[in-house]
Amino acid sequence: PLSSRCCARPGAAPAMNCRAEVLEVSVEGRQVEEAMLAVLHTVLLHRSTGKFHYKKEGTYSIGTVGTQDVDCDFIDFAYVRVSSEELDRALRKAVGEFKDALRSSGSDGMGQISLEFYQKKKSRWPFSDECIPWELWTIKVNVVNLANEQERQICREKVGEKLCEKIINIVEVMNRHEYLPKMPTQSEVDNVFDTSLKDVQPYLYKISYQITDSLGTSVTTTMRRLIKDTLAL
Amino acid sequence: AMDTDLSSQDRKDLDKFIKFFALKTVQVIVQARLGEKICTRSSSSPTGSDWFNLAIKDIPEVTHEAKKALAGQLPAVGRSMCVEISLKTSEGDSMELEIWCLEMNEKCDKEIKVSYTVYNRLSLLLKSLLAITRVTPAYRLSRKQGHEYVILYRIYFGEVQLSGLGEGFQTVRVGTVGTPVGTITLSCAYRINLAFMSTRQFERTPPIMGIIIDHFVDRPYPSSSPMHPCNYRAGEDNGAVYPSVEDSQEVCTTSFSTSPPSQCVFTVTKAHFQTPPPVVTDTLKVPVLGLAFSHQLSSSRLSYQPAALGVGSADMGYPVLFAGGLNAAHPHQLIGPGKEGGVPPVPSQPAHGTQADQERMCTPLDGVHYSAATPSSSEDTETVSNSSEGKCSSPHDLLETIFIRKVGAFVNKPINQVTMANLDIPFAMFAPKNVELEDNDPMVNPPESPETESPLQGSLHSEGSSGSSTGNTHDDFVMIDFKPAFSKDDILPMDLGTFYREFQNPPQLSSLSIDIGAQSMAEDLDSLPEKLAVHEKNVKEFDAFVETLQ
Repeated sequence: PLSSRCCARPGAAPAMNCRAEVLEVSVEGRQVEEAMLAVLHTVLLHRSTGKFHYKKEGTYSIGTVGTQDVDCDFIDFAYVRVSSEELDRALRKAVGEFKDALRSSGSDGMGQISLEFYQKKKSRWPFSDECIPWELWTIKVNVVNLANEQERQICREKVGEKLCEKIINIVEVMNRHEYLPKMPTQSEVDNVFDTSLKDVQPYLYKISYQITDSLGTSVTTTMRRLIKDTLAL
Repeated sequence: AMDTDLSSQDRKDLDKFIKFFALKTVQVIVQARLGEKICTRSSSSPTGSDWFNLAIKDIPEVTHEAKKALAGQLPAVGRSMCVEISLKTSEGDSMELEIWCLEMNEKCDKEIKVSYTVYNRLSLLLKSLLAITRVTPAYRLSRKQGHEYVILYRIYFGEVQLSGLGEGFQTVRVGTVGTPVGTITLSCAYRINLAFMSTRQFERTPPIMGIIIDHFVDRPYPSSSPMHPCNYRAGEDNGAVYPSVEDSQEVCTTSFSTSPPSQCVFTVTKAHFQTPPPVVTDTLKVPVLGLAFSHQLSSSRLSYQPAALGVGSADMGYPVLFAGGLNAAHPHQLIGPGKEGGVPPVPSQPAHGTQADQERMCTPLDGVHYSAATPSSSEDTETVSNSSEGKCSSPHDLLETIFIRKVGAFVNKPINQVTMANLDIPFAMFAPKNVELEDNDPMVNPPESPETESPLQGSLHSEGSSGSSTGNTHDDFVMIDFKPAFSKDDILPMDLGTFYREFQNPPQLSSLSIDIGAQSMAEDLDSLPEKLAVHEKNVKEFDAFVETLQ
């Protein structure tokens, strides 16, 4: 887990009324980062607001969210993200770790990265705060290996088209206007939003990932097999 | 729709929201077809003029066209606002690519809170629009416009006309927002034939357009409103001045209330902005971060053509000035890397050459503002822009001080003498040399070509020449002292050539020599089974360890 804000185990099943969306992509190794960033940024674009500024009498005003275009280098694709370097860095860090984990897991290259939005519910001592997820996005990734440059070129275009479809899917979900946490009072704002960034305010989120090999076995088995295989001569 | 349940204040607010939503929708769509990367800055303090809490720039001409089309009305049942995007080749053939429709249907949601829920959902819808405008086929086409074709837009109000899109067009829904007076829906119908036509293919063989014969018939519906290029030039149209957006614009200061949680108070105040005349851009950041461009350049796959140097009717002039109406609170509306290409001759007067009065040509938004191209430079561009903000000069002067970007490490010589060294950007020490050298190299800058003075230039010149790191800015002839970064070494100064020759034939690595290599390899092989056995024994420990990592 890349954010230790919450006590919930990563990979635990979402709560009963947590909406879950799954997207699947097949990409070449070098496209993993950009594809993940495109999806994560598109989701966070819709799930971030401007900074809240609370005033007296319980009123608040909202800051402004800027946006910018990002061109992909390895995919024929462009997407829009929130103009926040902090947020971009956080996502890049998570995606970088995911990519490294995928790479070191061997040639099968399958895994998934999850973006979960949650609310905090304060509990009395001695119980720790509860984290209640209300939306879970899972991106299943299948890394393919390509033989030659021509295949790579086709892959660039195909993955670009696929990502366009994913963006449309994401927007469809967003448009359903389903459950969103109620706008919080000042004392509650940190239970709903991540207020640590200086220019935007996403809903509280955490990113986690899992690597699976093609047989669906756990990482341990894979690592053991890997060590044995490479040393077998 | 019965609106007796809606308070008059709510009704007024709702109408205002819908009006500005429509205007912002048009801005997002047209800006997404300019052919440039769009970048706006987040601001944690609300400025009071960013509708829907989103930083979306207002291009005055576009707002003007939208208001003209709407003529004081709002989208309603049977009266939709449509933005038509089409493509026009340099030979004059045109084809409709997309129709974006903002419609209203009769399904009302009486329970919904106008000042709060509707507003926030409209904001969400705009974000969806930002995302969707990048995924339809026309986006990629518009990023490559300039040489063979241009992208035009047309706004009309009334019935949606989709017949120009050819057969089998596809529709994508951007989203809907229910309101007490009806449901707002935003969608796009787009031609799909082009989806199979890669843009490269298109660029290579313009006549391919001729294959799709039925698209080049005369438009079935005579344009009730003229087509406009997505880019535009200020100072055109015989000095037509567009009322700056803020003149009569109402500003929304959004204030939400959480107490009691179920009630929301939304205050809207009217404010009149005093704005400079439309010709002036508020953020003339001329000392362009040339290095930032090179960086962008190398990572950008897109190749632009020189801004239409004499491409027939597509006589693209330059530079696009985002004229007026923008208050100083938004100095960072960045338009991303402009078109690469040769140095266009600096026009002594604004370039003309459009076909029709109304047809302002698409010109690449050549780098008027650059900021935040590199993360650390975003703060620094503020200081540089201060001198230019608020300065008003004739279009001529402004045009000449615009920095046109060019391919390659040796960025195009800026007309003003700003060097990179005084700008606090990363790698600044590597950048200035190129810029200064070009300035002084008589091949690039023949001494006899006069430099026009303008108030802007003057102030920038003085900014630039102070703090210049190397002193050789005024020699006529300069020995090009090539100092590539990687061979810089104070201890062992050498030039590139020497460096290369010296390290061209390094000695063999000892571990690669056969004798030693073979020996250690054999040893390793022998000890492996042992090691494996040990590891097998400890497998449980390893497993437990890995578990803790998960």
